[in-house]
Amino acid sequence: MNTQLLLIQSLNGLQFGVLLFLVAAGLTLVFGVMDFINLAHGVQYMLGAYLGASFAAATGSFWWALLLALPVALLAGLLLEWLVFRHLYARDHLAQVLATFGVILSLNQLVRMVWGSAPLQVPVPALLEGGIQLMPGLTWPTYRAAILLAGLATAGLLWLVVERTRIGALVRAGASNAPMVAALGVDIHRLFMLVFGCGAMLAGFAGVMAAPILSVEPGMGDTVLILAFVVIVIGGIGSVRGAFIAALLVGLIETLGRSLMPDLMRLFLAASPARQTGAALASMLVYVAMAGILAWRPRGLFPVRAG
Amino acid sequence: MLHRYTVPLTIFGALALAPLLGFGAGHSLSLLARAMILGLGALGLSVLVGGAGLVSLGHAASFGIGAYAVVMLDAAGITDAGVVFPTSVLAAAVFALLTGAVAIRTAGVNFIMITLAFGQMAFFTAASLSAYGGDDGYTLYARTRLFGTKLLENRWFFHYLLLALLVLAWLAGRRLLASRFGRVLRAARENPLRLQALGFSPYPYQLLAYTLAGALGGLAGALLANATEFVAPSFIAWQRSGDLLFMVILGGLGQLHGAVLGALAFVLLEEYLAELTPHWRLIFGPLLVLVALYLKGGLLGLVQRRG
Repeated sequence: MNTQLLLIQSLNGLQFGVLLFLVAAGLTLVFGVMDFINLAHGVQYMLGAYLGASFAAATGSFWWALLLALPVALLAGLLLEWLVFRHLYARDHLAQVLATFGVILSLNQLVRMVWGSAPLQVPVPALLEGGIQLMPGLTWPTYRAAILLAGLATAGLLWLVVERTRIGALVRAGASNAPMVAALGVDIHRLFMLVFGCGAMLAGFAGVMAAPILSVEPGMGDTVLILAFVVIVIGGIGSVRGAFIAALLVGLIETLGRSLMPDLMRLFLAASPARQTGAALASMLVYVAMAGILAWRPRGLFPVRAG
Repeated sequence: MLHRYTVPLTIFGALALAPLLGFGAGHSLSLLARAMILGLGALGLSVLVGGAGLVSLGHAASFGIGAYAVVMLDAAGITDAGVVFPTSVLAAAVFALLTGAVAIRTAGVNFIMITLAFGQMAFFTAASLSAYGGDDGYTLYARTRLFGTKLLENRWFFHYLLLALLVLAWLAGRRLLASRFGRVLRAARENPLRLQALGFSPYPYQLLAYTLAGALGGLAGALLANATEFVAPSFIAWQRSGDLLFMVILGGLGQLHGAVLGALAFVLLEEYLAELTPHWRLIFGPLLVLVALYLKGGLLGLVQRRG
């Protein structure tokens, strides 16, 4: 393992981390404000990717695709909220898990019917092709750098809104004690629609951005969803700051683990078993980290909710 | 009001008579076997969810561990039931004990998420076991031997063995929930603070319940491996855990035979819809949503309201 590869993989890890953050941010806020566990949030990411792929194919431009996919993803999210989710807020977590699980099954199948089972490819936009030279002989794809920057910019913007505006203060208050906010005369349902819509759009945005570097396929949202849940649980439910730090952490662990573990195992084992155990350990690493953090702090790193 | 044994006796009676009443063909029997095995696993989950209020979204992991124990012993040439089944049960119980020790420290949504994460951990581990087929799975060329005989290959014997195990597990589960242990579990679900004030720590009780459910899942997994003569990581996919939760809710949460009824209904519904259309999940998913939203009390509730 040399330092150059380590640097590249760390950057990839951060880039994956910001994508996770975009999905996790909506999840943690929705969860914090409405105590609503939405397994179908990953579907939003998948829809974003598919819409991006379709619009890119239709218009021939990634930028048009991005511009068109976001409002459609938002509408899809609001439609789901209206059809299913709003009937679940008053219900227990079990009903929420089941109903949103049903939504995942339905939409994965719908996507399979509309777009087929085969993965779709989206070309990287021409403007962002090629690589950035980090040091002599070491380049990193420009597109990944663009994702990292866009993710960081979105995170910054979100931080500004949540921490520095009146709406943000209401959202934070809602995450820490929603009934109290409602009692103070704030329309908590409208506040929630706003949070939910933003969350859906952020996840859709992550999907569109990920489309050129990942294969767009049915069920792609499930993997990201589970990692996003790990992120919000580690970060502390309802905390945007916690989600950000945890997302970068999970992105790094996941990416570095996959490239380092097999090599690390080589120190103890022969080549073939080392690759196998390394791969197994790498996929477990995130969950082990989560178990460790929760054993240490059962409510995550930055718990928000009072009581 | 129906007599309290009418429904369970009808379910078990129907299962006992089914092979004699024209459902003795290979396909019907294997369908019923699947339903009873899933029912066995769902029973354990029902004790957890209904009794202790612990909503686990990783219950399929215990199935997977039980099934992979069969595979690993098979690869080592050990197929004696006296070794295979205890190993499966023990392995799943140990996994549940270790993961439960961390998971039960958390509560509510964090518990759902962390069990999901542990399930994923088991899934990725199974997928990386290339010696046992990795992603493609492992075909068992012979079922586990009972006292050196091939009795388990006999479909009729297998059917009644499963039924006997199911009834035993149901009786044991009922005894457990009616005992002092079960009362502590329910109290921990209803009001953990008050329970602690009475001098009970809920933790060891919940952990034991989680471990027992895991052990039962391990047994079910070993039986499932024998029924399908094939084991793959998809046994542990998180969707399977969602399916198990659905069975418990579909049948009805309040009583243990609800889980058996739910498993039966689930398997038959899946089979019926899959024959109807390849896009059966598009019907199944919305159905799941509707059940979660409107069928409070599950099928049992429906039956009992009419009776």
